[in-house]
Amino acid sequence: MAGELPFEKPLAELRKKIDELKKFGTEREIDFTDEIARLEARYEELEKEIYGNLTAAQIMHLARHHARPTTLDYIPLVFTDFIELHGDRVFADDLAIVGGLAKLNGVPVTVVGHQRGKDTKDNIQRFFGSPHPEGFRKALRFMRQANKFGRPIITFIDTKGAYPGDTAEERGQSEAIARNLHEMAMFGVPIICVVIGEGGSGGALALGVGNRVLMLENAIYSVISPNGAASILWKDASKADQAAEAMKITAKDLLGFGVIEEIIPEPHGGAHRDLAVQAEAIKEALWRHLLELKAMSPEQLTSDRYEKFRKVGRFTEAPKAESGSL
Amino acid sequence: MFKDLFQKKKYAVIPSERVNAERPKREIPEGLMNKCPKCGTILFSKELEKNLKVCSTCGHHFRLNAMERIAMTLDDGRLDEIDEDLISEDPLEFPGYAKKLEQQKASSGLKDAIVTGEGEIGGFPVVIGVMSFDFFSGSMGSVVGEKVTRAIERATEKKLPLIMFSTSGGARMQESILSLMQMAKTSAALARFQDEGGLFISVFTDPTLGGVSASFASLGDYNLAEPGAIVGFAGRIVIEQTIRQKLPDNFQTAEFNLKHGQLDKVVHRKEMKAFLTKLLDMHAGKGEPDDGR
Repeated sequence: MAGELPFEKPLAELRKKIDELKKFGTEREIDFTDEIARLEARYEELEKEIYGNLTAAQIMHLARHHARPTTLDYIPLVFTDFIELHGDRVFADDLAIVGGLAKLNGVPVTVVGHQRGKDTKDNIQRFFGSPHPEGFRKALRFMRQANKFGRPIITFIDTKGAYPGDTAEERGQSEAIARNLHEMAMFGVPIICVVIGEGGSGGALALGVGNRVLMLENAIYSVISPNGAASILWKDASKADQAAEAMKITAKDLLGFGVIEEIIPEPHGGAHRDLAVQAEAIKEALWRHLLELKAMSPEQLTSDRYEKFRKVGRFTEAPKAESGSL
Repeated sequence: MFKDLFQKKKYAVIPSERVNAERPKREIPEGLMNKCPKCGTILFSKELEKNLKVCSTCGHHFRLNAMERIAMTLDDGRLDEIDEDLISEDPLEFPGYAKKLEQQKASSGLKDAIVTGEGEIGGFPVVIGVMSFDFFSGSMGSVVGEKVTRAIERATEKKLPLIMFSTSGGARMQESILSLMQMAKTSAALARFQDEGGLFISVFTDPTLGGVSASFASLGDYNLAEPGAIVGFAGRIVIEQTIRQKLPDNFQTAEFNLKHGQLDKVVHRKEMKAFLTKLLDMHAGKGEPDDGR
């Protein structure tokens, strides 16, 4: 098991034991079939035990796993005929955002997502998947195009957040994010968003105003990174694990709050353990939701999206002491 | 002894130091005077109030709470408040949140970080929202998001202009994802309002950052700001840590944002009401020329 996280150690050790036993058996021509079967069963049990009870902090570490698949890993497996497009037509081509045209089971769609780098060099080019304003405007251009040609929009969310830099501020980081929220609200085409890794703050939401928001089982989504929250709350960024628990950032939490519609299951140990299986699960979910949404008129789609976000929030309306809508 | 070498010497406190240490207390009697945080001028509180809380020496705009802003912006200082009974819950059972909410209510006298309602400016009826930094750093949680959205919906229904005075540290962390979603909720409501021809004037006041800046506050048909107001997405410290450089003093000020094309105008507090009236007037008539030409 390469790249295992601390809580996965017992599994890695057991796997090593099984492999050693198999090797030993082959070398010495001894039949360990029963013993191996017993250990495999134990492995499966342990897997269920560990992955079935992940804490929010453990899920956060899975969401941030260096081998976790990115938007560009999924695109060729979920779609066909991908044509990548570039640039915001104003300033630059922000590589923290990728997108273009593709077909989902033969249906032309616009796909756009955050893109983290695969290695240090790639990450520097892509600003670790944190867009500048030109990135959000690039995404908006693709989405406007989709709206014009009546193509459904599919977004992949995977960012720690919008890039916090001086040049980003000069070019209107706030306005760029706000504009995406504003326009996505009014598009008359289906919008389906999938949080595939980390959904960090406004930079994530700028691709997140969909009719359906789906989340991979081990993805996270929150208003501020747990590290950021920890440094504000406890003046200690290393308490991120603690903040992760407090902030209710997991797919299960968000389903409970009515913020997302569905959790897409991951293979044991996370999406990076089996990219093909994960891509297939995403494709299946996207298609199912797309079929539902394709039956709706542009007006229905806009008002369906409006109602979805309109009802989010928890408050009390005193003095009647009635609980507000969810 | 050798050990004595490492002991801290005890110095006598000389009288002049004692005088200095006590001086600030003597200079600024509680409530009577204020010190300008920018230029250090000592200002009489009464004079400062009369000057709309602007420093008479350097023009620094002191922060206002919602009630002060309403008093100086609306005709006769009159607001018909709406949705005043919305109160934050603690949906995440976030450590310390419930207690902090109570403290903020007590210290600010407000129920949450925004006051909304209807009133008139220069005789023009408007729907208005005024944020207050003194409640939880003006952070946006479910209540702020809901009140902003209801104000927008009211303006849509009644076909009234909408004016928002923003000030906020950002989204309210203690409501995590629910706070984040308020950005989408308010922006979607604005999209509908503006699509139907609604007029939205957004005024940034010091400071407006994060989730409020990156949602409704940046979506004005006209974006205005008070002089010196800090307006931006990320906070200065976070940016300095990211780019590992010190930022210039004027970074993210209203003037900086004006220069970079993010604002229509920086408006002095003394001229704000007159300017808003002028803008409202531009949108009030049906375009008939003067004296029937």
